[in-house]
Amino acid sequence: MNHKNIIIIGNGMVCYKFCEKLRSNSSDFSITVFGEESVSAYDRVHLSDYFNGKTPEDLALAPMNWYQQQDVRLYLGDPVTSIDRVRKTVTALSGRTASYDYLIFATGSSAFVPAISGLEKHGVFVYRTLEDLNMIRDYSRKAKSAAVLGGGLLGLEAAKALLDLGIYNPAVIEFAPRLMPRQIDPAASRVLQSQLELLGLRILLNKNTSSIDGQEAISAISFDDGTKMPADMLVISAGIRPRDELAKSCGLETGSKGGIVVNEYLQTSDPDIFAIGECALAGQTIYGLVAPGYEMASVVAANLSGSSKQFNGFDMSTKLKLAGVDVASFGNYFLGEPHCRTITFEDTQKGIYKRINISNDGKHLLGGILIGDAGDYNMLMQTTNNQIVLPAAPESLIIGTRDTNSSAQGINALPQEALICSCEGITKGAICNAVNEQNCENLDDIKKCTKAGTGCGGCVPMIKDLINYALKAKGRQISNTVCEHFDYSRQNLYDLIRIHNIKSYNEALDQLGNGDGCETCKPLVSSLLASIWNEMILKRGNDTAQDSNDRFLANIQKGGSYSVVPRIPGGEITPDRLMTIASVAKKYNLYTKITGGQRIDLFGAYLSDLPLIWEELIAAGFESGHAYGKGLRTVKSCVGSTWCRFGLHDSVSFAIRIEERYKGLRAPHKFKSAVSGCIRECAEAQSKDFGIIATEKGWNLYVCGNGGSKPQHALLLAADLDSETCIRYIDRFLMFYIKTADPLTRTATWLNKMDGGIEHLKDVVVRDSLGMAAQWELEISQLVSNYRCEWKEAVENPEIRKRFRYFVNAPEEKDPSIQFEKMRGQKKAAEWTTA
Amino acid sequence: METNTNWLAACRIEDAAEDGGVCVKHGDIQIALFYFKRRNEWYATQNECPHRKQMALSRGMIGAATGEPKVACPFHKKTFSLNTGACLNGDDCENLKTYPVKLENGTVYIGINPKS
Ligand code: SRM
Ligand SMILES: Cc1cc2nc3c(=O)[nH]c(=O)nc-3n(C[C@H](O)[C@H](O)[C@H](O)COP(=O)(O)OP(=O)(O)OC[C@H]3O[C@@H](n4cnc5c(N)ncnc54)[C@H](O)[C@@H]3O)c2cc1C
Ligand code: SF4
Ligand code: FES
Repeated sequence: MNHKNIIIIGNGMVCYKFCEKLRSNSSDFSITVFGEESVSAYDRVHLSDYFNGKTPEDLALAPMNWYQQQDVRLYLGDPVTSIDRVRKTVTALSGRTASYDYLIFATGSSAFVPAISGLEKHGVFVYRTLEDLNMIRDYSRKAKSAAVLGGGLLGLEAAKALLDLGIYNPAVIEFAPRLMPRQIDPAASRVLQSQLELLGLRILLNKNTSSIDGQEAISAISFDDGTKMPADMLVISAGIRPRDELAKSCGLETGSKGGIVVNEYLQTSDPDIFAIGECALAGQTIYGLVAPGYEMASVVAANLSGSSKQFNGFDMSTKLKLAGVDVASFGNYFLGEPHCRTITFEDTQKGIYKRINISNDGKHLLGGILIGDAGDYNMLMQTTNNQIVLPAAPESLIIGTRDTNSSAQGINALPQEALICSCEGITKGAICNAVNEQNCENLDDIKKCTKAGTGCGGCVPMIKDLINYALKAKGRQISNTVCEHFDYSRQNLYDLIRIHNIKSYNEALDQLGNGDGCETCKPLVSSLLASIWNEMILKRGNDTAQDSNDRFLANIQKGGSYSVVPRIPGGEITPDRLMTIASVAKKYNLYTKITGGQRIDLFGAYLSDLPLIWEELIAAGFESGHAYGKGLRTVKSCVGSTWCRFGLHDSVSFAIRIEERYKGLRAPHKFKSAVSGCIRECAEAQSKDFGIIATEKGWNLYVCGNGGSKPQHALLLAADLDSETCIRYIDRFLMFYIKTADPLTRTATWLNKMDGGIEHLKDVVVRDSLGMAAQWELEISQLVSNYRCEWKEAVENPEIRKRFRYFVNAPEEKDPSIQFEKMRGQKKAAEWTTA
Repeated sequence: METNTNWLAACRIEDAAEDGGVCVKHGDIQIALFYFKRRNEWYATQNECPHRKQMALSRGMIGAATGEPKVACPFHKKTFSLNTGACLNGDDCENLKTYPVKLENGTVYIGINPKS
């Protein structure tokens, strides 16, 4: 077969999509790609995630071997420099030439850089490629202040990135009198601005930059109103400029404001040459979003493989993952009266603004804007695009919270052909089909099967609703139940146990479960009982429902001995207490070790010795360290301002206060904390479930970090808090976690699974979007006041104490099977035999 | 049958752990005694877990899998049938020895010639 040659210039997002579509239509083409960047196509939409720990591999749209498998010849780091349209060849920088039958421009756009003097100085960047981000990150390490030029979508994203890089209070400089003038209306801009200021951005409006000042490197920015601001770094993000320079130089028609002119088939003025993505000027418009670019790719791929398809404009609805504030606009959002009726809703305290435009006859939704809460975005966009007739009181669309019931009704009303994922062009019908015919049961399945949700990700919440809707229609229970004995999820059980005032495992099993229980539901229910009532966990009848370590208030060790971990709040300990530990360890022949949690572990205790050991420790003022429980472990501290020359506040006192407050609190999994006295972070607070770092103005609170096998950095929940507010936020955070996490789920995993992620968590904890804050604070304070050291109760209660005998029929004897060996002057457990 | 069995007086009923296990000493042998109060059933097995030879089963949690009574070892949560002693995780662990149990006048007796 005589293969036609296709050459694509540019290996960006749209190029990749084009290769994928063309290959899935036909293998009749030989495909060659020239890319200017040194890496293959990556997800530019999520570029900023690079600063949140995503690697270039994570961002890559396909691994390198994909191009081989698809038989696509890919030349990276080799931009095309000239085109000979008569001979139909292209020449690249390396001198490589190739001939084409069809040529595709997918050159995207570059950052628009206004003509200002001083652009050449060190420290001035644009925000477009991985390379740019690398340079910004490296430079930011020595920068103290920074600004972004441009208050549009990309500018705000760049400013948020600077904040994440640790720049304090970065400035956004906007020429217009408001933010995002092209996407949202003035009222929405105001709400957005105040939300961003809360996040720590400085917003400067009506500012026309006149020069970038400094010697070699930028040190300040001057404006034409005569003012000046210091800045060590500037990121320019003032719009995009289509990459049409090559097209222009080979004589193709381009628009006066840039862009390669194309018709509805995306053909340029040369019928064998096409342009797709951000470089194309289609119907007088440059589409600066990925979804229309993907649609263009599929139109050209279809036409080249013999079907017929046109590009007739594209819905420009957008939901931005902006700087921690939801911003969305859909349909005809700029329409105003008398062309339509508008309804607006504003809550300045919560930072929410919503506006919808409704046809004058009240029947249809025409468009709208959502700031601060875009939970309804998908549904509203679908209502607009599918011309669904509105309810009698259309204000209900934006007032009140989104409950699953109404969203299920909404989904039901959507036609099968409703476009759900516009990046990949996937309809409601296709998703339901994948659930029904291909047994997809969750988002990952759907992504694999249909690719829906793999583009900008804006449709993901709606896909999840659709999966549940289709599963229900199929008669499937969506099961998240504990085990064969309880037909409820952990979250449901939590509520039921509270409502029915259940105090023991057996009551729970009798009233809410069936059968005789097992090692899965027993510790789970016991943990819930402890989280809810904070009563002595070894109360008669409840002891055997505890995990084995909780049952004996100690961790079982290899060989069957136990470890003893007294609480040492904040890691602070007096010489006298050290001596108590030393003498107890000597007396009971225990191995001693400093733990990774800033306390001391005594290993190798006989079960029957535990009450004796604890009796002595308690007499000296120690309490249980709960090293065995799913609850608070340690709150580490650094020495802080009492001694350290850099310390901003007294981190030890605060760590002790935190540890005293939450000690004994049971949760779905263990949780840990730390307090550092300054940003040098010697307590490693950012690896903890919640971590606190002193700032000039107070405390920064970070949440959901993890060490262990999959380390994850904690994320900033709120900045510059006073101690009381910090504790209130931790109260709320912990209660939210305790109530909603799956069993044995650390806070990091809990957050990773949470819809809306850290932003949702901020809404709930900081902005109190669920209205639960007051109740949670009350519940925590009840739990705190119920705290008693369980080891103290155990040694003082003869009935409980009896349970630490090793042999029921030989109470004085120790376990004779335990064996120790010697090592470096202490003992160690004997090796166990592998069966 | 019963006449061939040597009965060991293990403990009083109230000394056993309700819905859990205790450890009984018989010379050099350790036996785990379980009082499944919910089902009003008594079981006894070897105390040693065949997995890593740990003297631990009396400290494990008991429960049921589709009605079959079982114990989970506290070390690595392998589970064994209290009826047959068979390992229920599909691992190649040996079976547990099991012993008969009887109650007389409030005392719990274990038959020290193993059932299996
Ligand atoms: C004693 C200690 C090691 C040491 O000698 O330093 C230790 C010992 C154990 N760790 Fe740990 N961890 C110890 C600090 C840590 C730390 C460091 C820290 O806390 O700063 C981590 C990483 C931080 C974190 O948790 O995010 C840590 C991550 C784990 C994990 C992994 C958790 C995860 O989310 O991936 C486990 C497994 C689990 O909990 O399921 C674990 C489990 C265990 C267990 C309980 C395993 C077990 O079931 O027997 C060990 C119990 C020993 C015992 O009997 O006392 N240990 N463990 C440390 C006790 C600290 C304390 O004072 O309480
Ligand atoms: C930070 C950021 C956030 C964004 N967020 C969103 C969002 O939330 N939602 C959304 O829809 N869109 C978003 N976008 C826009 C989206 O990334 C673009 O619409 C999309 O990448 C366009 O794809 P493209 O293939 O046309 O261009 P690009 O992805 O830019 O690819 C073009 C490629 O062509 C190369 N090239 C140019 N000239 C030549 C030449 N002569 N020879 C060889 N190669 C050449 C370029 O180096 C580049 O690699 C964002 C963009 C950025 C930068
Ligand atoms: S790292 Fe592993 S071996 Fe070491 S203490 Fe933690 S759980 Fe035990
Ligand atoms: S020792 Fe019992 S399960 Fe491993």
